[in-house]
Amino acid sequence: MSASRAVMDGNEAAAHVAYRTNEVIAIYPITPASPMGELSDAWSTAGQKNLWGSVPRVIEMQAEGGAAGAVHGSLQAGALTTTFTASQGLLLMIPNMYKIAGELTPAVFHIAARSIAAQALSIFGDHSDVMAARGTGWGMLFAASVQETMDMAAVAHAATLSSRIPFLHIFDGFRTSHELQKIEILPDSVISSMLDPDAIRAFRLRAMSPEHPTIRGTAQNPDVFFQARESVNPYYDKALEHVRSAMRQLGEATGRSYDLVDYVGHPDAERVMVLMGSGIGAAEEAVQNLVAAGERVGLLKVRLFRPFPTQLLLDALPASVKRIAVLDRTKEPGSIGEPLYQDVVTAVSEAVAEGRMESVRVLGGRFGLSSKEFTPAMARGVLDHLSAPAPRNHFTVGINDDLTGSSIDYDDAWSTEPDTVTRAVFWGLGSDGTVGANKNSIKIIGEAAEGHAQGYFVYDSKKSGARTISHLRFGPEPINSTYLISRANFVAVHQWMFLERYDTLAMAAPGATVLLNSPFGAEDVWSKLPASVQRSIRDRGLKLWVIDAYKVARDTGLGPRINTIMQTCFFELSGVLESTNATEQIKAYISKTYGKRGSAVVQMNYAAVDAALEHLHEVTAFGDADGPGNRPTVSEAAPDFVQRITAEIMAGRGDLLPVSALPDDGVYPTGTTQWEKRQIAQEIPTWNADLCIQCGKCVMVCPHAVIRSKVVDETVLSAAPEGFQTIKAGWREMADDRYTIQVSADDCTGCQLCVEVCPAHDKTNVSRKALEMTDVREAAPQARAGWDFFKGLPEAPSADLKYAKAKDVQLMQPYFEFSGACAGCGETPYLSLLTKLVGDRLYVANATGCSSIYGGNLPTTPWSKNAEGRGPTWANSLFEDNAEFGFGMRVGVDKQREYAQELLGTLADTVGRELAHDLRHTEDPTAARGMVQTLRERLSDHRDARSRDLLVLADLLVPKSVWIVGGDGWAYDIGYGGLDHVLASGQNINILVLDTEVYSNTGGQASKATGLGAVAKFAAGGKPTPKKDLGLLATSYGYVYVAQIAMGSDENQAIRAFREAEAHPGPSLIIAYSQCIAHGIDMAKGMDQSDRAVKSGHWPLYRFDPARVKKGLPALQVDSKAPTLPLRDYFYRENRYRILKHTNPEAAAGFLTQAQAQVKERFAALTRMASPVPSGDGADGAPKSPRPPGPPRRPPVTKP
Amino acid sequence: MDLSTTYLGLDLCSPVVPSASPLSESVSNIRQMEDEGAGAVVLHSLFEEQLTQASLEIDHFLTLGSDSHGEAVSYFPESDSYHVGPDLYLEHVREASEAVDIPIIGSLNGVSSGGWTSFAKEIEAAGASALELNTYFIATDPELSGHEVERMYEEVVRDVTDVVSIPVAIKLNPFFSSLPHMAAMLVDAGASGLVMFNRFYQPDLDIERLEVVPRVHLSTGDAIRLPLRWIAILYGRIGADMALTSGVHTHEDVIKGLMAGAQVTMVASELLKNGIIRISQLLEATSFWLTDRGYESVRQCIGSMSQQHVAEPAAFERANYLRTLQSWPPKVGQ
Repeated sequence: MSASRAVMDGNEAAAHVAYRTNEVIAIYPITPASPMGELSDAWSTAGQKNLWGSVPRVIEMQAEGGAAGAVHGSLQAGALTTTFTASQGLLLMIPNMYKIAGELTPAVFHIAARSIAAQALSIFGDHSDVMAARGTGWGMLFAASVQETMDMAAVAHAATLSSRIPFLHIFDGFRTSHELQKIEILPDSVISSMLDPDAIRAFRLRAMSPEHPTIRGTAQNPDVFFQARESVNPYYDKALEHVRSAMRQLGEATGRSYDLVDYVGHPDAERVMVLMGSGIGAAEEAVQNLVAAGERVGLLKVRLFRPFPTQLLLDALPASVKRIAVLDRTKEPGSIGEPLYQDVVTAVSEAVAEGRMESVRVLGGRFGLSSKEFTPAMARGVLDHLSAPAPRNHFTVGINDDLTGSSIDYDDAWSTEPDTVTRAVFWGLGSDGTVGANKNSIKIIGEAAEGHAQGYFVYDSKKSGARTISHLRFGPEPINSTYLISRANFVAVHQWMFLERYDTLAMAAPGATVLLNSPFGAEDVWSKLPASVQRSIRDRGLKLWVIDAYKVARDTGLGPRINTIMQTCFFELSGVLESTNATEQIKAYISKTYGKRGSAVVQMNYAAVDAALEHLHEVTAFGDADGPGNRPTVSEAAPDFVQRITAEIMAGRGDLLPVSALPDDGVYPTGTTQWEKRQIAQEIPTWNADLCIQCGKCVMVCPHAVIRSKVVDETVLSAAPEGFQTIKAGWREMADDRYTIQVSADDCTGCQLCVEVCPAHDKTNVSRKALEMTDVREAAPQARAGWDFFKGLPEAPSADLKYAKAKDVQLMQPYFEFSGACAGCGETPYLSLLTKLVGDRLYVANATGCSSIYGGNLPTTPWSKNAEGRGPTWANSLFEDNAEFGFGMRVGVDKQREYAQELLGTLADTVGRELAHDLRHTEDPTAARGMVQTLRERLSDHRDARSRDLLVLADLLVPKSVWIVGGDGWAYDIGYGGLDHVLASGQNINILVLDTEVYSNTGGQASKATGLGAVAKFAAGGKPTPKKDLGLLATSYGYVYVAQIAMGSDENQAIRAFREAEAHPGPSLIIAYSQCIAHGIDMAKGMDQSDRAVKSGHWPLYRFDPARVKKGLPALQVDSKAPTLPLRDYFYRENRYRILKHTNPEAAAGFLTQAQAQVKERFAALTRMASPVPSGDGADGAPKSPRPPGPPRRPPVTKP
Repeated sequence: MDLSTTYLGLDLCSPVVPSASPLSESVSNIRQMEDEGAGAVVLHSLFEEQLTQASLEIDHFLTLGSDSHGEAVSYFPESDSYHVGPDLYLEHVREASEAVDIPIIGSLNGVSSGGWTSFAKEIEAAGASALELNTYFIATDPELSGHEVERMYEEVVRDVTDVVSIPVAIKLNPFFSSLPHMAAMLVDAGASGLVMFNRFYQPDLDIERLEVVPRVHLSTGDAIRLPLRWIAILYGRIGADMALTSGVHTHEDVIKGLMAGAQVTMVASELLKNGIIRISQLLEATSFWLTDRGYESVRQCIGSMSQQHVAEPAAFERANYLRTLQSWPPKVGQ
């Protein structure tokens, strides 16, 4: 293969150019743009140089707004500077973008375009973000493919230098940013030749310098601002030519010619569609097919959207055109049409008005929001729609809009896939390595032959047991099919359970080959297949092959990763490479991929390759289609909404849901994870009741709330299923009752945390504990029956318990269950605990991040409710504003309560003076609920306005708890300003920081919570600065309750902290150690690692309670002992620290020494703070008393 | 006083050799060892099992959770190299060999047959003057006979000595039924030296946490007596040099080792506890002691109290055991 070709995705293609053409790169993680920053950081750490032989400085900022500010400053200082972002990140950059453009500063931002959160967040691709920035004065250059992404990146950098107009270089999030393609790499010499060195020198000479001082960023008055704003017009007038010139240069050097707009199709087309971005690939396939069939249709590809190339666009349209459909990948509710449509309409109408062209009908349509599929069939549907006698304007395509009828029809069966392309679809689990193997397969094929390859990967929204679907195409010509495969000639199902849940063979073309990872051999498998699968195989003449890949993986030491085995079988069966050659090339790629990780890994994978084909067998004897039926998606007991909508999404049929089916305001019911029953655990915990000491640790640490305990009256056990275990309850208050632990087998992830923390050993055999993992096939039947019975037993039986320790708290009902968080997640046990304590009166403001994804990503959500229908009410606003969002909730709740109390006073005679008094002054939720019920009864017959208002507001009279929840990326970085303000406010607000010390959700980028020396993305060489002490900063206010907790070290201290924070009448901050998959640890031992964090002094436990000062006590209590564990014994159990020992041992040793010293210093400082307060005023040399704990002047809770 | 000796065919300026320990992980420490008069330095061991473990561990944790979620297709930055192979160790051999004039003895603990030989060749190529095979095998299978275990050791020595030209010593454990036979077999297989003995890290039980825990204890002076006996017994009976390791803390220990028949005495615990400076102190005291008693060289005393040369050879055999028991008769009434 030519050295100038490689397989890469759009992010790498853009970063390749951006890194080479800049000196400073300011970064901040956001999906799907994060990989551009990660690559830049990795290249910089490795010392890779830019075009001028210098290593770019890559700096991580605290937010996109900060990144834009840093870019602005760096540009003003004269350094070539760039950044990468998407979606909300781009919106945060907009203020600076106006400035940068207004100052005619050359710069390029590379954008993996993504939806903007509206009724919901979406990480997927459309143009709503970049269209929100179209007024900034930046050029907007769109790439439609991975190759174009690299090419347009270079064009953008060249054009910005020559034109002085800054450019957004835009490619579609996921469809392009994450699609693997074999592309031609732009040589550095070509990129270099496109950049005008004089323009660069001129840019530097315009920069700020005390040697020739200037003032910029002035404030202007009405007299001159307007004129000054118009002064830039000539630059915009000339910009088009600068972009064209750069495109011409690129075309001459590479042979790939581009223009600002390009027309393809029939030269005398009457119907033309216009669009930008990756949809062009599908549209072009449709147009080529239709033209070949004799239809007079065409496609206008728009690459430059700003400045808008009006005349070029008009010139490019065939004179014969009668109707134009302009497709926008965005939505502007309430507008007359979307941006590209409006611009085309304006261009055409101006030309018609000026007599430069005949009248043409222009229609606007929307497509592809949030990466909704856009296929050639849909493109044809659009062109067909243009033929309709009275086509609908402002249409949509790709959905069924049964609400306003905007959607147009299309023939989904129409395909343009050429026979020369091999199309393969793989169903896998995240944990089985399917995607990784497929990425390698593309690279093997892409690099092995002159052929072309494309890969696109679809993930579900779960972080544990996640399903992946890989779509791979291989063919002799470049592949521009920018849509999912629907007619595969190879389908691999890597997990047997998928056969029972999904229509995995729906994508199989007639005669396709099906490869199945099956625990059953070729002789036995047929009868085990679901009948629907059997029918698909028979009806479509599919060829079936099986391999027990898990057995081969076990035998060769690969554990659950069957990737290499299935990949070998794919090459054998698909014939895309000659078999012997394929084996060699797989091994060569294994060596290339894993070689740097050591020979043991390479040898293990080699062994898997060698063993795979011996175990691959064709199934030749097909029987009748009489196999078992498919499992129903949800139980019949599920509520209507779950049956009609949630279940459809779960089954992979969400695309078929019509508009009317979905809530119009984004409001969804809670408690829906309970219907999912994902059955992802291979092993589940079983209870050895004879050993149990009823400590409740297992219940406390379970990340998915699947292991629960209850104490019940023996009489309710009469209907218990056989084998339902109970033991005598170990509470004095409930001595006559029975205690039980049950496990929801179908919701368990098999993480083992419960077994690991269980302290109860058999006295005669310490390996046997009160909980032990058991094969799910053996344990599930009993567990299911037990769980079903257990659910019906009464919750939290005794009001006599204090619920101050795990032993009691375990019995409380959690209102957060069965989330899709990672198996062994360190965050979710805290949420479960929080909901146990205040769940039925809880408002949650949740920052964007892991907790908003496992907490609020469709199809199902884990926040749940009790039998009375009460439970946490949850909302996510943004990443950056969560503290303010929660603060607003608090103020809003308090204000309404205040008004309700006022109404109560006004209506005292109506509702009863005693009730009115008591209800106005109670802080006891249970008592208040009873009184509210009485209030409702007494007001039920009153129809006056005040009574009706009070009825609506009555629930607000029950005291509410407001908690602001988020991760460290939010609390330490992007949201810190707001968090600090909310802490300062004195309001009765609670903040829970789930501190994983890294941006977990976006894949492990360093935050200011990341520890010294930890390796993370954006800190590939180890984080050179220590972790920010958020708790200490918060204590400086004096009136803020602050606690640092770690569930794995002291769950009772955690409970105390939550209860004290809830009781504190002002702001409270709890910082919770949350072990994370991004730490690179054995998650089953996560709680032990959390304990090590505490014992090593990395994570001291403390509570800072301002109320103690009034009692003459120090506010601070240190709850953990002085460090007893060397820091290395904590650090080097985590890959994030250990990895540096392998990559840079000297740096690792230096960081460890430094960190160890800091640990000692910090603990000493905490101990000093926790020492009794001297009576003097400091004159004796002792520190002065801490600031008195009084809140700010305003009282924290306004009461009537 | 002539402190020089020979070991594995190498001329050494003194009989005190730091044995494999974390101290030799630093070239500056090795330089200091030379400055203090060490005759040679045995580097810390290259553990094949550790390399395998590190390789699998790196791979596992870099892969864990990857390609599972659209927002996080990985959790760690990829590095160009993780140094999970022997390259760091070999670089250290290279640097140490260049940094000092005294012999650098590599130490290797292999697992697989291929591992023993390939790493041995690489250590030789990196500049080591000799190689010490750090062997340990805990037989837990009742089906595995002692003879089979002995054959495994023999094969390792034969395989390694077949592929390298530098002298090879083997660090033994004392738990063979017939140590002299075993020693002879290993020498016959190609070993130029026997290092006695390997100190295993014995696991301990944590009775609070109910866990088996690894515990590292530094040697004490008592530990010298086991190797002392066997060196004394083997001296003159096998065609290989012997090194005494375990329990060397004082100059008396050094002298005992030499008199028993060791060409060199190896120290680690003493240096870890009291610093590398102890080498020169041991040598100075040894020199003083020998001079004071009219010795002219270390070589004179090597083997002077071996079993063959003491007045009562049987003292090294069963009699010693009996005498020990007889020296502590239980008191009446206890």
